[in-house]
Amino acid sequence: MKISAEEIKKIALLSRLNIEDDQIEEVGKQLNDILAYMDLLNQVDITDVAPTAHAVSMRNVMRDDVPQPSLSNEKALSNAPKPENGYFKVPKVIQD
Amino acid sequence: MEALTIHALHDKLVHKEISAVELTEKFIARKDAVEPDVKAFLSDNRNNALEAAAAVDKKIAAGEAIADMAGVPGAIKDVICIAGQNTTCGSKILEHFKSPYNATVIEKLNALDYISLGKTNMDEFAMGSSTENSAYQITHNPWNLDYVPGGSSGGSAAAVAAGEAVWSLGSDTGGSIRQPAAYCGLVGLKPTYGLVSRYGLVAYGSSLDQIGPFTNDVEDCAIVLNAIAGHDAKDSTSIPQEKKDYKKALVNDVKGMKIGVPEEFFVEGLDDQCRKALEEAIDTYKKLGAEIVPVKMPHMKYGLAAYYIIAPAEASSNLARYDGVGFGFRADGTDIVDMYRKTRTEGFGPEVKRRIMLGTYVLSSGYYDAYYLRAMKVRTLVKQDFDNALRTCDVLLTPTAPDTAFKIGQNDNNPLAMYLGDVCTVTLNLAGLPGISIPCGFKNGLPIGMQLIGRALDEETLLRVAYTFEQNRTDLKKPLPMGEVEL
Repeated sequence: MKISAEEIKKIALLSRLNIEDDQIEEVGKQLNDILAYMDLLNQVDITDVAPTAHAVSMRNVMRDDVPQPSLSNEKALSNAPKPENGYFKVPKVIQD
Repeated sequence: MEALTIHALHDKLVHKEISAVELTEKFIARKDAVEPDVKAFLSDNRNNALEAAAAVDKKIAAGEAIADMAGVPGAIKDVICIAGQNTTCGSKILEHFKSPYNATVIEKLNALDYISLGKTNMDEFAMGSSTENSAYQITHNPWNLDYVPGGSSGGSAAAVAAGEAVWSLGSDTGGSIRQPAAYCGLVGLKPTYGLVSRYGLVAYGSSLDQIGPFTNDVEDCAIVLNAIAGHDAKDSTSIPQEKKDYKKALVNDVKGMKIGVPEEFFVEGLDDQCRKALEEAIDTYKKLGAEIVPVKMPHMKYGLAAYYIIAPAEASSNLARYDGVGFGFRADGTDIVDMYRKTRTEGFGPEVKRRIMLGTYVLSSGYYDAYYLRAMKVRTLVKQDFDNALRTCDVLLTPTAPDTAFKIGQNDNNPLAMYLGDVCTVTLNLAGLPGISIPCGFKNGLPIGMQLIGRALDEETLLRVAYTFEQNRTDLKKPLPMGEVEL
């Protein structure tokens, strides 16, 4: 097993997902099957090979810093699940 | 047989054989007739479509020139933002999301008086190869309704194959245009990374995603590419370049061209009848005077594993935005982390959760070097294999998929088996190269696809080689599987 039940719980927390105890076995099996397939990559000699993050090599793309119209407050909030007084509202973050 | 193509219908429109409103009504009637069986669409845009068609008719009546695409009904994958319309990405988490702005491709199509009959079904967030991962419905393959249309752009492919639209847009991160095009007997193009703006395309794997067309022939493919290609300042990965007319590439001649055949794509797992159809295609090219060159691409067999590390890694980062704050579904929670977790657990489907967890794992401390960094290095080697092969060859010829469409439900609970079917397509996304799938035969009534791979930004050669095949193998053309559209 590449990934234990404890690790699955930790990954779920990092992913901001919940995972029920009775799902851990099935999820774990599927992830382990997939990760076992990834072992194929250990056969490749990657000595002195540079990583590619992007197929097209482009430098930083700059533009002039000129103010332009953007979404109005109303439009920006139009899809928000709980807007209030022109703001996005979230559950309390700072504890008492 | 009436050719259901953009170019043929454009001619009918300008010669006033049919009006754009009449044409749109015909397709609405067709959609109403077959949609209960096919389930290609997630939304119905008929009112806007008829309004847009009336505007095209006004232009024609006034003697104004109209664009190639004007007035010819199409469809848009529900991962591309259209202002004021829902964009669900096939996910419950975006069920009520209305796009506040247009994607750049939509702005470009608007300027050409395009008509869309609606947004099409897809695997949730474009993660899947069958369109079974949609939170809303399963789309059926018009050639045989028991089979999948492919994915993730299965709705866009099925809509065109069922005659509900003449063209459609999809997106391709690891084969999501080319594989459904193959399964549905269509032409499907994934352009070079950076040729078409991704602004307004909901992100899955940002270094891999590209928008591209589904059409009934190669000429239509060039027409839609003309419409959507071009540099966009709103996409920093968009490549600055001069505007091309891809219709000029439609030359019926491959004499002296070098077509590479990489043996690594023709090994284990390739269905015998698919292999035979591809060998016949190679023969066709030989007879037409092309030079067939066997090539070796030793790192191809590692491409799929690298892809299924890189794509989920990028997805896990991109999908962090669905947190119940700015837009989309929110579940109630006792504190903010509880709210995030409940929102995402209830809002995402199983495959999306799997890829987020896989991506989070391969990026997490302790595993980054072993998985993500290694995969990025293998990506370099995959790209080098393509660079080497395309230094001597004009294009490469491969299968689009190891087999024809599979039955709905066949890969349930076996995600790895589903991933393995993407083996022929994902490497192009890793290398950023253009690929086109065109029909090259049938097996038990289901279409077989051939993939042609080109050099970066050389869509012209790709279109030329595809066009030549199509023009010389008219024996492969079959009527639309659900009957022709009466005009």
